Amino acid sequence: MASQDQYLSFSSSGFGKWLTGTLGLPQPIPLVRYRPGKPELRGPVVVGAAPGSKIEDFLASALRAMGAVTLYHPDSADWRLAAGRHEVMTGRFVPEDSGRTGALLFDATAIADTEGLKALYAFFHDTIRSLATNGRIVVIGTAPEDADSIEAAAIQRGLEGFTRSLGKEVRRAVAVQLVWLKPGGEASLDSTLRFFLSGRSAYVSGQTVRVGVPVTGVVDRPDPARSQAGRTVLITGASRGIGLSIAETFARDGAQVVLLDIPPAASELAKHAERLGGAALALDITSPDAQDAIAADAAGRGGYDVVVHNAGITRDKTIAKMSASQWDSVLDVNFAAPLHITEKLLVAKAIRPNGRVVFVSSLSGIAGNLGQSNYALSKAALIGAVGKLAPLAATEGVTVNAVAPGFIETQMTAAIPFAIREAGRRMNSMSQGGLPVDVAETIAWFAHPGSGGINGAVVRVCGQSLLGA
Amino acid sequence: MSSAPLPRRVAILGGSRIPFARSNTAYAELSNQDMLTAALQALVDKFNLHGERLGEVAAGAVLKHSRDIALTRESVLSTTLSHDTPAYDVQQACGTGLEAAILVANKIALGQIDVGIAGGVDTASDAPVAVNEGFRRALMRANRGKSTGQKLAALSKVRPGMLLKPELPRNAEARTGLSMGEHCELMAKRWEISRESQDELAVASHHNLAAAYDSGFLNDLVVPYKGLTRDNNLRPDSTLEKVAKLKPAYDRAGGTLTAANSTPLTDGASVVLLASEEWARAHDLPVLAYLRTGETAAVDFVDGDEGLLMAPVHAVPRMLEKLGLTLQDFDFYEIHEAFAAQVLCTLKAWEDPVYSRERLKLDVPLGSIDRTKLNIHGGSLAAGHPFAATGGRILATLAKMIDRNGGGRGLISICAAGGQGVVAVVEK
Ligand SMILES: NC(=O)c1ccc[n+]([C@@H]2O[C@H](COP(=O)([O-])OP(=O)(O)OC[C@H]3O[C@@H](n4cnc5c(N)ncnc54)[C@H](O)[C@@H]3O)[C@@H](O)[C@H]2O)c1
Repeated sequence: MASQDQYLSFSSSGFGKWLTGTLGLPQPIPLVRYRPGKPELRGPVVVGAAPGSKIEDFLASALRAMGAVTLYHPDSADWRLAAGRHEVMTGRFVPEDSGRTGALLFDATAIADTEGLKALYAFFHDTIRSLATNGRIVVIGTAPEDADSIEAAAIQRGLEGFTRSLGKEVRRAVAVQLVWLKPGGEASLDSTLRFFLSGRSAYVSGQTVRVGVPVTGVVDRPDPARSQAGRTVLITGASRGIGLSIAETFARDGAQVVLLDIPPAASELAKHAERLGGAALALDITSPDAQDAIAADAAGRGGYDVVVHNAGITRDKTIAKMSASQWDSVLDVNFAAPLHITEKLLVAKAIRPNGRVVFVSSLSGIAGNLGQSNYALSKAALIGAVGKLAPLAATEGVTVNAVAPGFIETQMTAAIPFAIREAGRRMNSMSQGGLPVDVAETIAWFAHPGSGGINGAVVRVCGQSLLGA
Repeated sequence: MSSAPLPRRVAILGGSRIPFARSNTAYAELSNQDMLTAALQALVDKFNLHGERLGEVAAGAVLKHSRDIALTRESVLSTTLSHDTPAYDVQQACGTGLEAAILVANKIALGQIDVGIAGGVDTASDAPVAVNEGFRRALMRANRGKSTGQKLAALSKVRPGMLLKPELPRNAEARTGLSMGEHCELMAKRWEISRESQDELAVASHHNLAAAYDSGFLNDLVVPYKGLTRDNNLRPDSTLEKVAKLKPAYDRAGGTLTAANSTPLTDGASVVLLASEEWARAHDLPVLAYLRTGETAAVDFVDGDEGLLMAPVHAVPRMLEKLGLTLQDFDFYEIHEAFAAQVLCTLKAWEDPVYSRERLKLDVPLGSIDRTKLNIHGGSLAAGHPFAATGGRILATLAKMIDRNGGGRGLISICAAGGQGVVAVVEK
């Protein structure tokens, strides 16, 4: 798919780099994505913390599990002792001297006043130049609603502006995120750190996510290469594009996959299902018997662990020109069917404890888009569904989240006229489109057995797009 | 009556080292001072010793600049240790690091001090280069000259050639003129050590060290430095086929020693924290193991016909006899791999009845060891060998192995230039 973006290949070639540089054109850097068997980190993780943090042991334990080598900012000497307690390799960070680093991780949870922000400034001021291309930045804060004072809440909210600005200024394929910790979430940071610090989150940047008490309690760390082992995953719209990549990613991580798509795609579907050692379900999700058929399939498998609602269509027209059927079909496929299937499965208890529901929304649902009033409504409605469903599903030990992809290189986007397509590709901090696997990895993170503390989240997979920001 | 207390047990609390780097690579621009200070500061950070006054710090280097008269003390002054901590330099070739530990340990055992740091550092990238001997003499003469005329006359003896011929330190024995590799090649021939067995030992060393890094075993022993997080001599994918292709390095025609089964010139530093049990308890620091005793031996490789690197073979039986132990009473053997052949000669000599009788004065040979207990987390062939830093690397690693094992006993054997050898027993 990467080859679709010929400008990316051209501008990273020797001549192309010179030419684009001279003309002041965007110079996208090829994103380095996660590959099984390859190191997850690009280099040592520089760690810093504002004084008073209580989570350094959790961070040290998570970094140890990742096999991370760490360096600590000299102002964060407590890290040395926490690293020692968890046998994390660590040493002092010395500016201009520690070599290229792979990630910057700052623990801002204890910042409660502007005085405390000085540590944030010093850390990034001193370390950011060391960060390698394709590096990662993660700031961990306290969820504003849980802060102890008005000033603390305001400052914690302020971190969003800070991280998003960093994303826009570092560029060089560096992804920047903010994690808002909620009480009781400390012990469940593993899967989130692993996602945000590795190439799994290559096209996710400028995002904020809350991590709280896991819906089914803290679980043991699974083998990172087989995190979905023993889990059964239903993926709709899985015969091609993003859905197929989701199925491949879950199969890679050890899941039993059930690929669903419309009957006309049945033969493609069967082929891919067989290749991935999974099952095929040829079914139109809007057909009257769809809910029962899916519930029956789930029952036959002892329930699903993960349901990914990826099937979606566009019928673009400005509202005046749009037919009623264009309006209806988009709302049916993209919104009504996934919502009602989810309700049916939850009521039937066909999603097992520590289960996951993930909706594939869209940046259009956040920013709106010309000619997509129907589509944007359906995708924004999914975000609304997440908000209402999440607390209800939690009582069943299930989380409900959504990903909102930006410009992803697929057959859907290949059909967009050139100029609009080019703009869509470049108008983000990565200056390029994402790949289906970027969406898939984000869904796999939500679906990770250790991600039970993430519920009701909407995470964009958009390379920090300028749209809807 | 003297009030000197009875000898106390000496606890090994932990170590710190920077990753070792092949010479002229990552640390090419660094001095011994830089590296020793880095390792020392890392240890201070690890054990939170900021501002603490320790009994002493003893460390040294084999290749040393004349400006490094007080190498160790200067390093102490560059750390956050209390500057009231005394320090001195030790130098006993490749035995330096372990000898320094024995010195510090002895003082702790005798109650003279409660805590100390031992270590070593070496760089072959920043080796002391001496000016040409003729040039040096002319300069000294000019310096002694009373009048300008006398000074100029002395300097007029300087020839351009003198400036172009600096004297580089040589990895050669002063008395035989042979390099250490040439000496070891002689040993390998005498003991009929095959090329294959040397290569096997080298490959195992790389695989073992790589596994130690991968499992995180070395995480609290190695501190990232100058962009390195592992020893850069380490080749995790080393195979017998690959190393078998190398040409002999010291005897092109009939030799068996190669670049793979000999240690490369290496830069690095290591330090170890030693203390009395009371000090450890008072500082709430767990004891990894105890440094039970050490022994140093030397052999006459010049006039006698003993191999240059055979001294540890003599030191070990002497030490075992004092302790009432046999060679088989160990859970771990850490034999410094200066050359794979050195290790194999050592093991073979301990098994050989004639040699044991004639040279070691033993009626019964020490016998063989369980090779699965040898250098299980890798050795110098993989990590590299910054001469004086090797002792600290081995001591800290072994202490941690014993701790991880829930106790046990380990033997350290380190050969050194000048026909010397330093050995020790660590246990818990
Ligand atoms: N490609 C992008 O840039 C992008 C951006 C934002 C959101 N998305 C969303 O990602 C999802 C996948 O997009 P894609 O680019 O892979 O599209 P795609 O058209 O390649 O794949 C969608 C799949 O859904 C299936 N499908 C459609 N209607 C169905 C129905 N009624 N029942 C069962 N299956 C049905 C299709 O047969 C197809 O295989 C969609 O929800 C889309 O809205 C894509």
